[in-house]
Formats: sequence, C-alpha cells, structure tokens
Amino acid sequence: MTNMSANPETVTENTSALKNKLQALHSWAAVDDSTLNDGQKLAVKYFMGAVILFIFQILFGLLAAAQFIAPNFLYEILDFSVNRMVHINAMILWMLYGFIGCTYWLLEDESGTEIAGLKFGVLGFWVLSAAITVVVLVYLLVQTGAGNDTTLWLINEGREYIEAPRWADIGIVIVMLIFFYNVVMTFSKGKWSGIAGVLTLDLVALAGLYLAGMFYMTNITHEQFWWWWVIHLWVEATWEVLVGVIMAWSLMTILGVSRKIVTTWLYIEVALMFGSGILGLGHHYFWIGTPEYWLTIGGFFSALEPIPLVAMVVHAVYDSGERGFKNMNHPAMAWLIAHAFGNFFGAGVWGFMHTLPQINLYTHGTQWSASHGHLAFFGAYATINIAFFYIAIQHWRGNVWMGADSPNSWRWKWALALLNIGVLGMTIALLIAGYEQSFIERAIGGSTWGGYFAAQTHPSFMTAMHWRMLFGWVTATGLGLLVWDLLTIGKGETRKAEVITHSE
Amino acid sequence: MSETPKWASEPFWKKVAVWVTAGSFLILVILTFDTLEQTKAGGKRVPAYSVINKKIDYQFDKKLNKFMPVIGGEELLFGKIFTEEEAEQLVTLGKKTTQAKNCMNCHTLLGNGAYYAPDLTKAWLDQGWLTVDLREEQMLKFLMDPEKNARTFGTGRKMPNLDITEEEARGVVAFLKWMSSIDTNGFPYNFTTIYAEDD
Repeated sequence: MTNMSANPETVTENTSALKNKLQALHSWAAVDDSTLNDGQKLAVKYFMGAVILFIFQILFGLLAAAQFIAPNFLYEILDFSVNRMVHINAMILWMLYGFIGCTYWLLEDESGTEIAGLKFGVLGFWVLSAAITVVVLVYLLVQTGAGNDTTLWLINEGREYIEAPRWADIGIVIVMLIFFYNVVMTFSKGKWSGIAGVLTLDLVALAGLYLAGMFYMTNITHEQFWWWWVIHLWVEATWEVLVGVIMAWSLMTILGVSRKIVTTWLYIEVALMFGSGILGLGHHYFWIGTPEYWLTIGGFFSALEPIPLVAMVVHAVYDSGERGFKNMNHPAMAWLIAHAFGNFFGAGVWGFMHTLPQINLYTHGTQWSASHGHLAFFGAYATINIAFFYIAIQHWRGNVWMGADSPNSWRWKWALALLNIGVLGMTIALLIAGYEQSFIERAIGGSTWGGYFAAQTHPSFMTAMHWRMLFGWVTATGLGLLVWDLLTIGKGETRKAEVITHSE
Repeated sequence: MSETPKWASEPFWKKVAVWVTAGSFLILVILTFDTLEQTKAGGKRVPAYSVINKKIDYQFDKKLNKFMPVIGGEELLFGKIFTEEEAEQLVTLGKKTTQAKNCMNCHTLLGNGAYYAPDLTKAWLDQGWLTVDLREEQMLKFLMDPEKNARTFGTGRKMPNLDITEEEARGVVAFLKWMSSIDTNGFPYNFTTIYAEDD
C-alpha cells in the first residue's frame, strides 16, 4: 500500500496479486470465509492488522531495550527516540485495531441484522492501514524536521503517544466516524441492547476525546492538560469500558452466561470505571503547573480506580467458576482470566502503588511509570484482544473443538505462559529500576542531571535493564509461538465445539 | 426463583452508570475551565514568556513547605531584552523545535515522556551547565552538536545530531528557561540549582 501515487493499472494488478496471496494463505490456514458474516469478515482484516502491529511493537521494543544496554547500537540510524515511538505507537494502534475488530465481530450477532455501510467500513480499513504505513515509513526514514508547523503537519507532532502528524490525525478521525456510523446504523436497523448502548456511548467519548489532542499550544501546561484528556481518558476510562463490553459479550458467547447478569455487571463496571476514572485524571495534574486542588482530587479518585477492576475479576471468575470452568474455547477462556487478573494487577495495583501524590513526587517520570505501563497495557488490553483472536479463529475454522486436550495444545499453553512470564519479568525488572531511580536520583540526588546519571549508572539499575532485555526475549518468543498457534490451532480438527446453551 | 432486589437490578445500575458518568464529567468540565484560567501564560502559576528576561531560581519555601520558582531581577538571555511578543515568538519556536525533534521520546518534560535521557523541567537551572556565565553558550553548543559536546556521565548515552539550527537552539534555550519558571507544586523535590553556590 506504499505506492499510493501509482497509476490505476498497477493498483489493480497489485490488488489482484494481493487477493491471490490472501487466498493461498486462507487455504493453507484452513480457514473458511463462509462461516463468517460481513462484519466478521471485516473484523478479521483488523485482527490481522493487529497481529502485524503487535509484532512491530515487540520488535521495536527489543531495539529500544537493547539501547539501554548498548547505547551505540544503531546510534544516529534508528535512535532510541524513533524505536521507542514506533514501539508505543504500534502498541496503541494494534490495540485499537483489536477493539475495532472485536466490535465489528459482535456487531451483526448483537444487533441481529446485517452490518450497515459495509463498503465504507472496508474502505476505512484500507485508508487507515495505508495511512499508518506512510506514517511509519516517515517515522523511520525522515524521523525529524525543522521546528515549524510543516513538521507537525507532515512528519511528527512530537508528543508521546499521539505523535502522528496532523494529516494522519484528521484521517484517523474520519475513519473513526465511519466506524461509528457502521455501529450506530447497524444497531438502529436491528435491535438495541444494553451492550449496544454502552458501546455506542463509549465510542462517542473515544472519538470525541481524540480531538482534544489535535491542537498546538505553546503553553506547555495547557498542552499537557489536554494531552492527558486523550491519553488518560482513553486508556483509563473509554478503553476500560470498551473491554468491559468485549468481556461481557465474550462471557455470553463462550460460557453461556445470561444476558441479564452480564448487562447488570456491565452497568456496575461503567459506573465504577467512569466514576473513578474521569476524575482520576487528576493524578496526571500534580506537577505540570496546574492548581493544587488536583493533588487531592487526583489522589482520591485514582485510589478508587482499582475498585472497578476488582469487580471485573469477580465477574469473570464467578461466571466461569459457576459453570465449573466448562466452556467451548479453552485458550480464549484462559486469556480472559489472564485479562481479569492482569487488568487488576497491572492497571489497578501497579497504578495505585505510585499515584498518591506523596509517593508520585518521587516516582513520577521514572522507570516506575514504565513498569506500570508494561503490566497495565498487557494485562488490560493485550490479553483480551488475544482472547478474542482465539474466539475469532475458532469460528473461522468452522467452530471446531479447541480444548486443552487438542493436538498441539502445548503451543497455546506455552504462548500463554511465555507472554505472561515475559511481561511480568519486564515489569518486575523495571520496578526495581524505578525504585532505585526514585531513591538515588530523586530522593538523594534531588533530580538534577548528576542525580539522574548516578542512578542510571548504578549497578542495580544496569542489572535490572539486563533482566528487562532477557524477559523481552521471553515475551518475543511467546509472541512467535502465539502467531504460530493462531495460524494452526484447530487445523484438521473434526470435532465440533460444544454448544453452550444460554440460560436466559 | 426469588425477585431480584432493587439494588441488584439492571435498571437501577443503568441509572447509576448514567448519573455517575454525567456527574463526573460535569465536575471535570468545571475544573477544566478553572484550571485553564489559572494556568494562562502570564498568570501566577505559569509566568509570561517575557520572564526569560529575568533571573529564575528554584528554592525551598518554608512557609509553603515546598520548592517554588523564584523570579528575581533582570538576567538577560543572549544579552537582549525581549518584548512580550518577541519572547512568545522565541519560546514558540523552541517549543515547536522540541516537538519536531521528538525530544519527548528520550527526555521527560514536566516529568512526562521517556526515560532514556534526563528530565528537562528545570534543565535551565541544572548544575550540569557548570557556571551561570557559561550556561547559554554551553547549551547552544550542546544542542547544535550534541555528540561532540556530550557529557554522558559514564552511561555512553549520547544525544544524536538532530540538525538543530542556531535560531532553533536559541528558541529551545528560551523555552527551557521559561519552563523552569512554572510552579510545578514542588516537583522535582530537593533540586539544587546552578545558583546554589552563590548563596
């Protein structure tokens, strides 16, 4: 998709070549498109995009981690700033791809009708993917520009997490509007449910908040104030509600939990999530120049933020336990449970541990944040997307049996183990580095550059960085295994999955 | 089957979810208006851009029990007095340069960003620039040719050459000087500034 300016003939040729290749891949992977509805066909496009971006995320994460150990590695070719930017951008995008895919996947089943505006949805997918390709190529090949608006429009906006140049921002908003149109029109045509209502309102918030990050401001206090409207309110509010929706639907699908129970739980989670998460935004407003009342508000509400995540764990474990852990998709169920605990520990416990202002004064801007970030994004979002990949692939292979006793089930089990051990290992390594940094750089060194470097050269910091690298490789191995498993699980399986009866 | 009690019913929690969300968001909007008003450049918390004409220090305030920026008398930047507009222009160039060069994916600003390089919040006041007299020149030299002027303190980490022009480097220095004057509620704590030895 990189040769967008090529003439129409080459484009057609490329498209048909691409179609042939996809067909070959489909027959090799033994997937059957006739088992999917139109929304699900669109969803698997997003899922494939998500997995590719996931691979990019880990690859560039490894490069960035290596540079902590060997700073001269790729110096002035692919500097840390570039690798780290691709690492975090790929992460956000693969998660968004996953969420959009999940939504398209459940859309027709949930609404009881065919997807509305399918053509626009497909177009939106290709526009978004082409735009991302161009943006990444510019990140890698151009990297930086002069200190003017042209750079902000065409190359890079230089603000962590939302670096995408402004032209791409506008494109993303258009694609999100198409997505929103698909969702709302489909539900309006079919039937509305509690899940549909929460999903729709959440997508309004998700798309609307992105606009808050699209303006340039010289006043850095104002700029960071709005920047957090996008970052925090996405990650700690709208995304959490979105995974609540996905979790609710998944539990109904693979466990047969009654709709009434999941919907009630979903409302409870929304109340707790928004009730704590919206004003929990204040924990980012301690030190950026904003008034002191944010210390109280941010400290209080962010301490409440783990509560909805406890609700989520109770929800998932209770529902599966009630059915004796009997379900029709073992890998998906395992990842849903990993999600429930990962979300609680990574986002909840790890977040709470350093967001009280009295603690945050020392831990803010240290590896502490990286430790929390790794466990939270993995536990809260990577896990549930992976769970859904398994739900999708099972269906795509004709709803075959996918259980712990299937042939080659060691693959998904080891992928599950390695990914979780890898991320947990990185989290602990970065936590040690963060403690050390808070102590030596912040408490003793007074946060001067001298203090910073004293902490960065300390043996315990360097050891932690080596451990992080090692567990990064464990994670990468787990990902390799996961991709292999997704391509092959259930292939040649003739037993059908058990039918789960809804106890409505 | 027993009746579901009201507190456990679906309609009850639906209402709670709507009211809690709307209420929280309303409070956030009100606080946002207040915060933006209190943090306008030129206010008490975020000084006007022309503060780059003044001496800025960062000291412990016993009464407030936290570190506070202290704005002193005249201390010109690049030997020149900037009008309010000129100062804003220069700081804007500096801010845009920090974004164009992707500084935030190695450094932290106001504690936010990546952790591969030091925090820039009070970088203007850092003792790493050796003396007050050498500071401006050191900063310009470093920004324009970071590799040759790097002091990596044994980490081996060097800032890459980012093709920063002299004008852009001056902008960045002005931006950093202005940023060091922001009242950050005592962050970072226990910071020793370049002026500490003069006192």
